[in-house]
Amino acid sequence: MIDIQYFLILSAVLFSIGVIGVLVRRNAIVIFMCIELMLNSVNLSLITFSSFFSNYYGQIFVFFIMTVAAAEAAVGLAIIISIYRNKESINIDEINILKW
Amino acid sequence: MDKFFIFVLIFPLLGFIVNLFFGKRIKSEKFIGIFSSAVVLIPFLITVYFLIYLYSLEPHSRFITLNLLNWIAAGFFNIQFSFLIDPLSLCMVLVVTGVGFLIHWYSIGYMHNDSMFSRFFAYMNLFILSMLILVLADNFLLLFLGWEGVGLCSYLLIGFWYEKKFTGDAAKKAFIVNRIGDFGFMIAMFLIFLNFGTLNISQFLAAIPVSFEFNSGLLVAVSLLLFLGATGKSAQIPLFVWLPDAMAGPTPVSALIHAATMVTAGVYLIARCSLLYVYSPITTNIVLIIGIFTALIAAVIAAKQNDIKKILAYSTISQLGFMFVALGTFTYWLAIFHLITHAFFKALLFLGSGSVIHAMSDEQDIRNMGALKDKMKITYYTFLIGALAISGIPPLAGFWSKDEILFKTFLNSGLIFYIVLLGIAFLTAFYMFRLVTLTFYGEPRYAANIHPHESPKSMTIPLLILCGLSVIGGFIGLPHITHLPNFLERFLSVVFDKTETALMMYSQVNKPEVSLEIILLIVSVVVALISITYSYKKFSAVKKFKASRGFAKIVENKFYVDEIYDKIIVNPLYFISDKLLWKIFDIKIIDGFINGLADFIKKSGEDWRRIQSGIVQDYALITVSGIIIIIIYLIFF
Repeated sequence: MIDIQYFLILSAVLFSIGVIGVLVRRNAIVIFMCIELMLNSVNLSLITFSSFFSNYYGQIFVFFIMTVAAAEAAVGLAIIISIYRNKESINIDEINILKW
Repeated sequence: MDKFFIFVLIFPLLGFIVNLFFGKRIKSEKFIGIFSSAVVLIPFLITVYFLIYLYSLEPHSRFITLNLLNWIAAGFFNIQFSFLIDPLSLCMVLVVTGVGFLIHWYSIGYMHNDSMFSRFFAYMNLFILSMLILVLADNFLLLFLGWEGVGLCSYLLIGFWYEKKFTGDAAKKAFIVNRIGDFGFMIAMFLIFLNFGTLNISQFLAAIPVSFEFNSGLLVAVSLLLFLGATGKSAQIPLFVWLPDAMAGPTPVSALIHAATMVTAGVYLIARCSLLYVYSPITTNIVLIIGIFTALIAAVIAAKQNDIKKILAYSTISQLGFMFVALGTFTYWLAIFHLITHAFFKALLFLGSGSVIHAMSDEQDIRNMGALKDKMKITYYTFLIGALAISGIPPLAGFWSKDEILFKTFLNSGLIFYIVLLGIAFLTAFYMFRLVTLTFYGEPRYAANIHPHESPKSMTIPLLILCGLSVIGGFIGLPHITHLPNFLERFLSVVFDKTETALMMYSQVNKPEVSLEIILLIVSVVVALISITYSYKKFSAVKKFKASRGFAKIVENKFYVDEIYDKIIVNPLYFISDKLLWKIFDIKIIDGFINGLADFIKKSGEDWRRIQSGIVQDYALITVSGIIIIIIYLIFF
């Protein structure tokens, strides 16, 4: 049996990669993918705990998260397409009109 | 039956209300004048009735307390709206309503055709009401209500002709100078309430012999502070400067408020608290010294003034000084006696001067008068009698009261004080006959277009009555050598008997020697006669007036007291208020703090809004850093 730490470390590493991706990448699509990565790292740790503590609540949560992530991906991609049509660019640092 | 006395207060109040609210609509001057005088006459008659009633009682039951209602009730602090009717307050009420009525009557003629006729009488009635509250109050707070009320009326009436700037200035000066005195009065009240737990005058006085030594610190403080209040109201050094300026008001006001009644409130206050002053002889000595200095300085200044009303104003200050001398020699009934006779002859003199001013078309400078005695006979004779009375010629009113003061001062305070007072008496006769001579004798010096004429009957009849009172007023307090009953002293002795007892404990009073008293009487009469003759000789031949030089110039300018006060008090106050309190404290500190706070918020807002870059990743970075900080905190702390 693999120890729980390995799962959690993997989850943390994936999450950190996601965070750094969100912070440093300029392409909106890539940022989006990084957010998905963060969500799935959280899913991984939920499933890990669920399995290790024989508690199904975690798995139910994961289903919810996946559903919401799918919906959110649809909306997010729609927004990105809409921005691209207007600006001919999906570079996030060019989309800064909500400022002082 | 006693409750009936309340009408003494209700009538002036009624007069005030009617004049204030309906005065403009009542077109008839005659009605307003007669009505306003009647609401003062009726209280006088009621008081006369009560005087007779009080006389019929046993001497020691001549104290009636009239409790009308609870005024203030807050825990220990209980103030009744109640009045004390006793011989002292009745004497004062008689003077206030009696002389007050005559002056109201006189005003009908004097204020004739004034555009603010009803307003004048409204204020006069309000003044009578306040003055009655002052003298009848049985606790300090109610007394203070009347005290402030008369101050207010004084302010309103000095500035009555408010179109002229100097009347407004004079009114403000009177009010502000009186504030200084009132400050002392209030602190005294606080001390009394703190230490005695009551503001009732009788209870306060009754508590003094029980628990205090002579000259105990608290008593000296309270009596000094009350005396400060008295110096404000009664125009003594150092607060006398407002009274000469107060002559800017109409002449009946000067007669009523600034000669006969209001300015004697300080004398009344000290006489009312006589026991307190016997228990603090230090203060009494100060009262004596202040009184004698005021009398002297005012008499000297009066001798060089040229405005007829200013002379009388300084004369009033000087005579008030005499009353304080009487208070300072522990002879309280005598102060009241002089107060009464002074009310008669000074009201007479003021009303006479009003008649002269009226005749001369508002000319007040005696250098521009002269030879009026044939033009206005009644005014001349009554004025002459008033002048003789104040100079101390027997048997007129001023003689009895003033010489009794001289005599008592000689007995109680010694020869030096007596000689100073004699000198002041000389000066009094001198300046009065300078005034009389320059006004009524000699050659006419007024402009040709002025035609002096005798005043109407409504003005001359009060003059005649006051003249009669100035002649006979002294007989209520004849000295012992005449072997005639001294009504006033006996009547007032009930009020002052505790004071007398305490005084016996403190020091023995010198027994008067009959021969000495006669000698002193003769001396003072001779002095007055010499002074009158000298003054008449000196001024009846005067044709031209030279500008005075040296000491005379200093005196003519009133010892520059106003200028000195301006320099050392008023200007520094202006300076501090303007440069320090306004320009620095108000603008820099108060405004600076409020505006600075707003500026700080605004400035920092401008700097901090730069973090709203609009780039999503910046916000995300801030969020992540926040989370990292929280995690670090959770792990390590």
